[in-house]
Amino acid sequence: MTGYLEEYFPLVVFFGLSLAFGLILMLAPLVTAVSNPDNEKNSAYECGFEPFESARLKFDIRFYLVAILFVIFDLEVAFLFPWAVGFQHIGSLGFWSMMLFLLILTIGFLYEWKKGALEWE
Amino acid sequence: MSENLKYLTPELFLVIFNLSFLCVMLFVKSSSILLNCNKIAALALIITAVLVYFNHVDANPIINGFYTSNEFTAFFKMLILFLSSVILYLSDAYLKKNDLLKYEFPILINFSVFGMLVVISSNDLMTLYLGIEIQSLSLYIIAAYRRDNLKSTEAGLKYFILGALSSGLLLYGISLVYGATGSTQFHTIYSAIMYTDRTLGMQIGMVFLLSAIAFKFAAFPFHMWTPDVYDGSPTPVTAFMAIVPKLAIGAILAKVLFDVFGGISDKWQLVLVFLSGGSMIIGSFGAIAQSNIKRILGYSSIGHVGFALMGLAAVSPEGLSGFIIYLFLYSIMMLGIFAFILNMEKDGVLVTDIYLLAKYSETNPATSFAFSLILFSLAGIPPLAGFICKLYVMMAIINSGLVYLALVGAIVSVIGAFYYLRIVYIVYFSESNDKLDANIPAGHLLVLFLSSTAIVVGTYNLLGIEPLTRAAAESLLY
Amino acid sequence: MALYFFYFFASTAILSSFFVIFANNPVHSVLWLIVTFFSVAGFFILVGAEFLALLLMIVYVGALAVLFLFVVMMLNINFAGLRSGVAQYLPFGILIGLVIFIELILAFVPWDFKEQSFNNLSSPINLSETNTVALGKVVYTDYFLLFQCAGIILLIAMIGSIVLTLRSRPDVKRQNITEQIFRDPNSSIEVKDINPGEGI
Repeated sequence: MTGYLEEYFPLVVFFGLSLAFGLILMLAPLVTAVSNPDNEKNSAYECGFEPFESARLKFDIRFYLVAILFVIFDLEVAFLFPWAVGFQHIGSLGFWSMMLFLLILTIGFLYEWKKGALEWE
Repeated sequence: MSENLKYLTPELFLVIFNLSFLCVMLFVKSSSILLNCNKIAALALIITAVLVYFNHVDANPIINGFYTSNEFTAFFKMLILFLSSVILYLSDAYLKKNDLLKYEFPILINFSVFGMLVVISSNDLMTLYLGIEIQSLSLYIIAAYRRDNLKSTEAGLKYFILGALSSGLLLYGISLVYGATGSTQFHTIYSAIMYTDRTLGMQIGMVFLLSAIAFKFAAFPFHMWTPDVYDGSPTPVTAFMAIVPKLAIGAILAKVLFDVFGGISDKWQLVLVFLSGGSMIIGSFGAIAQSNIKRILGYSSIGHVGFALMGLAAVSPEGLSGFIIYLFLYSIMMLGIFAFILNMEKDGVLVTDIYLLAKYSETNPATSFAFSLILFSLAGIPPLAGFICKLYVMMAIINSGLVYLALVGAIVSVIGAFYYLRIVYIVYFSESNDKLDANIPAGHLLVLFLSSTAIVVGTYNLLGIEPLTRAAAESLLY
Repeated sequence: MALYFFYFFASTAILSSFFVIFANNPVHSVLWLIVTFFSVAGFFILVGAEFLALLLMIVYVGALAVLFLFVVMMLNINFAGLRSGVAQYLPFGILIGLVIFIELILAFVPWDFKEQSFNNLSSPINLSETNTVALGKVVYTDYFLLFQCAGIILLIAMIGSIVLTLRSRPDVKRQNITEQIFRDPNSSIEVKDINPGEGI
């Protein structure tokens, strides 16, 4: 059961290390850094930005469109991995089935392009 | 693989048409094609129906067991394709008037129809899931098609969230059934059930599956989205949603019940009785307080789903055939109703308030008569077709020994008759200063009159579909 | 050893999903959701489904979490105000939750899944090849039809997102490169002979 899990041992070490480093880097300033809090430090310098304000600024809906199109192509790419890895075993049917899949999505891509969804006005 | 493609001809044609139509519309800036895009898409649906008619029929599952093509699927597919093409044709005027005419609309409708074809033909729970997703994803989008209209957006969002929930239920049910039987293919599950009495794990999965399908079917207790979504969506979309998916989901429900869980029909019969009785009651009581015709039809569709489910709850060949007849006649009646509602206009704006129909009979006697006839039929007044199909399912359920469900059906159909007859009363006798002022186009009138003629002729011979439904029911059962 | 990892992932998954619900800031909720995804990916690794684990990373953490963040940022909702009604509904919610929980226990405690299931045809882990290869062998050939249906679902999603959200702004000037390249000096420049002191 655990045989194949041993291959993940380096990954576990890696995660442990990164966790430890992250924690150390976060905690070290608490001990070592000089802390002189002052009201002026938190206010804007002359005509600069307010350092702390509501994060609920309205985003342009275009961000959302780009993100959702990204998700769709991300899923498309996810389908490509097993295809590429198992390519030797699936013969011409497997090849053409992926080509058909890509064709359908290319039509979608064409649609996006012609509609101007990829342009930032 | 390639020898199997011959079974897929209609579906392939529809998809290839959709993809190439999308490409053509992207590059061709001709306005005459855009103006007729609904009609072109409707024509493609008709061609697909013809292809279905000539398609190969095989009693065994095809394409590695994922698909079926038999009399049952062919009957429903042709019906769906025909009805959707009529609705596409009817919606043309509305889209043009409201500045919604974009080529995406017919393409999304056609994709939705493609999803339904996949659903009906599916012989595997995964095919079923993907088909339902294709169908409902397109419907979510066109429900919110008037994106600047608050109600339409709300309808789309509500439909989407509840639909996603039901997809979750469906997937969970599928995985439980798979875990219990080791397969997702209908025939394998069916035979697996036959050889065992340990079915508890599968029963839980089955209930999840049935709940998810009842969600899409808008049966009680999963009906709550129906009035809001029907009300908020653009009226052609409401027409589409009220008629076509009901057929596809009804077909797959019958198929799942008999082809997958046929061996444990005693287990799901009670679930069906519950769904059916609850839907009938909600459908007849919910609409009483409504004055918006789209909401009334929403409740009405819940009630009719309940009556149709009565046929399935009978667990008999005649019940199944009654179920198919009921869905068929329901869709014909709804088509006529919506041909009228799509023209309920006042000052050039589509209205939905039934009180605006006051004294409509004085100006348009023939239209009012046809409209009232269909309402009488929906109410189940003898001897119209709506009564005949109610009779069918009630006979079936009485023969199966569930007299109390038939009794519930009889009582609620009397109560439900109230709100249909109220509309008729308003059309003929009510007094009001506000009047509708639209001229109904000839095509819409034709659909309305054909539909009302059909329900009158249907009393005599059920439009000759009885042998067809019997064949369809038999191909499902044996 | 695998058991300890199971308990570790299980506890982080449950804890972080609690934080998703109870975090005051919706952005924090999304970040906790990412932790949940990571823990679930750990489960997948433990049962040997490493392709699914990495897919979860790519799709859910890489793309969907970003999308959620956008949605959260885009909604200008006062979440504190939304929360004010919680106390009102909490008793009722807890009651329903308890009823469902008890029902689940009643259903599951006397029920041994192994006993009830039969004909378990497939064993999920095939150690002779990685499961990415195993998937690749069947998805594109045996499951041809379903694979293409998945493609169509993605296409509909593209059409839908554009139909519902894309708005072209009429007031924005756009560059048309083809038109620029094919511009002809003869048609675009006009030479005028103007007499001094007269203007055009």
